[in-house]
Amino acid sequence: MTSFPRPALDLRNLRTEFRIRDRWYPAVRNVSVSLMPNETLAVVGESGSGKSVTALSILRLLPHAGARIQGGEVLFEGQDLVTLSEREMSSIRGNSIAMIFQEPMTSLNPTMTVGDQIAEAILIHRGGSRMQAKAEALRLLEEVKIPSPKSRLDEYPHQFSGGMRQRVMIAMALACHPRVLLADEPTTALDVTIQAQVLSQLEELKQAYGMSMLFITHNLGVVAQIADRVAVMYAGEIVELATVDALFAKPMHPYTAALLRAMPRADRGTENLEPIPGSVPALSAVPAGCSYAPRCPFKERTCLDLHPELVSSGDPGHLVRCPVRPVGGVH
Amino acid sequence: MISFAFKRLLLAVPTLLVMLTAIFVLVRLVPGDAASVILGDQATEASLRAMRARLGLDQPIQVQYLHFLAEVLTGNLGQSLSSGRTVVQEVLLVLPSTIQLTLAAVTIGIVLGLPLGILAALGRNSWIDYVSRLVSLLGLSFPAFVSGILLLIVFAIQLGWFPVLTSDSTDPLERLRSLALPALNLGLILMAYVVRVTRSSMLGVLGEDYIRTARAKGVTPTRLVMRHALRNGLIPVVTVVGLYFGTLIGNSVLTEIIFNRPGLGKLIFGALNARDYTLLEGLMIIFAICVIVVNTLTDITYGLIDPRVKYK
Ligand SMILES: Nc1ncnc2c1ncn2[C@@H]1O[C@H](COP(=O)(O)OP(=O)(O)OP(=O)(O)O)[C@@H](O)[C@H]1O
Ligand code: SF4
Ligand SMILES: [Mg+2]
Repeated sequence: MTSFPRPALDLRNLRTEFRIRDRWYPAVRNVSVSLMPNETLAVVGESGSGKSVTALSILRLLPHAGARIQGGEVLFEGQDLVTLSEREMSSIRGNSIAMIFQEPMTSLNPTMTVGDQIAEAILIHRGGSRMQAKAEALRLLEEVKIPSPKSRLDEYPHQFSGGMRQRVMIAMALACHPRVLLADEPTTALDVTIQAQVLSQLEELKQAYGMSMLFITHNLGVVAQIADRVAVMYAGEIVELATVDALFAKPMHPYTAALLRAMPRADRGTENLEPIPGSVPALSAVPAGCSYAPRCPFKERTCLDLHPELVSSGDPGHLVRCPVRPVGGVH
Repeated sequence: MISFAFKRLLLAVPTLLVMLTAIFVLVRLVPGDAASVILGDQATEASLRAMRARLGLDQPIQVQYLHFLAEVLTGNLGQSLSSGRTVVQEVLLVLPSTIQLTLAAVTIGIVLGLPLGILAALGRNSWIDYVSRLVSLLGLSFPAFVSGILLLIVFAIQLGWFPVLTSDSTDPLERLRSLALPALNLGLILMAYVVRVTRSSMLGVLGEDYIRTARAKGVTPTRLVMRHALRNGLIPVVTVVGLYFGTLIGNSVLTEIIFNRPGLGKLIFGALNARDYTLLEGLMIIFAICVIVVNTLTDITYGLIDPRVKYK
């Protein structure tokens, strides 16, 4: 037996469905991926590809009605989160697995002080007095570099800028020293300079706290900066999984290649950007064969009938879901 | 917060002036003139002139206006023509009864309406949700005089649980028994509004991003509702309760008449019947002040609930 370290979080065939007009449609289709200790795994893909639903499924934060985890396992510290009771799940949320969200403007409670919102996580999971929790909240605000944290502790979210609110969200997520951090586009809503600050801060804190991070984004530039490995999602599936270097150097899936060409880069003018024609299919209209076939310039006749599996590309640790184009990359 | 409340109070001053002016103009627009309205068709020219002099109607209009403002602002609302008591005395006589009725009605409306609305939102489409919808439908479709009469027939006449007429007994239990039906009549209508607004407001709040954030933090369901959702969901409920005060005045007139209960509503009805012009004018001023006070309190409550309000 080889002694691979145990993954911090292990998704196996995770399948999540939504009910639309009395029928259930999968938004996450048999996703299997593991997040290793101290690793940053980026999940990329266009809007609607199932990134958020994957993260929400892990913490079981989907809406109560009209959504269900239809199959698969989410293994964390020897437990399958899918089978836990709501109470057991509450004791994991914000404690050993934390999540930060895309919308800093709406994700904080407008009628609770920032200090109380951070302290709440500590009070719930660690107990202790309100005083102690507030003191710890203050320390966290210092840690995420909020200026004059002492006076800001008793302020409300509307008194903070977007970037500052996202830092508050990060402080809140870190409050109980989680093992795993799920970051759902934490910088997308911020302007570019603030984005860079928050990113490098996340990276620093990840190291300091020894966390694993699932980092969702549709910005491949951010991926290059922060991630170790990347999972590319399309229509609810992982279509390519590789290290950052391998993915940028040698993308194997036509969709990945298209994403790369659509990405602004320092070494190319913006006039060479090629937006991907078409869009991600709606949940109820995912094609039977390869989901990407309608938009794929390389498609062959078999692509329309055969649903490709996610298999090794030949390079170790590099998986791809396209039998046609894995060899030599698709630059 | 204190300075916010103070600013709100200052804002009430111009509103009060506008309302007082409106009342002044309205009263002088009465066709014919006040003296002939009071004395009726049979009055002699001499008695009309005497009445005009008594009411100050023989003065130029701007003098009347300044005089009116000065009197109101010093708390002098004139004398009732029918009883000879001052308007303030008349009001103070019935005020405790009205305050009891109002407080009881508002308490019933909130204590029953708020939890029912919350539970309906939590168990959307459950039986409790249907009960809440039925209750608010019933409460909103019966006018106050119809529901008042129904309550009387069922609980006072048929079942005999409550007195038909308000007793003037000093026994607190007896007074409570005669308060019950009128308070229910007004309270159930408020409850219908509160249930409806609470339900829809809570449904909205429970779908907010910050509720998901709280869940992601490990907040358990009860705490989620009580600590995170309720305070945010309360804002529209405060609006409804505040607005209902206007309706409450109208409905309390009907309710006090049906249950033969002393109070401001009954007083205004009496003043109308007796053509007690000064009493009527005084009561209008008092109602205007009540509405302004309630609106100001509503605004201050917003500030207490929602920190964002103070900084706008
Ligand atoms: N509550 C819901 N009910 C029905 N369908 C949903 C719901 N939430 C998400 N979906 C659908 O699931 C699919 C995946 O959505 P998801 O939010 O995971 O996309 P995403 O990859 O995070 O996109 P984005 O970059 O826009 O955040 C989409 O087609 C979306 O419309
Ligand atoms: S399987 Fe066919 S359609 Fe799908 S990505 Fe590969 S080449 Fe394109
Ligand atoms: Mg998303």
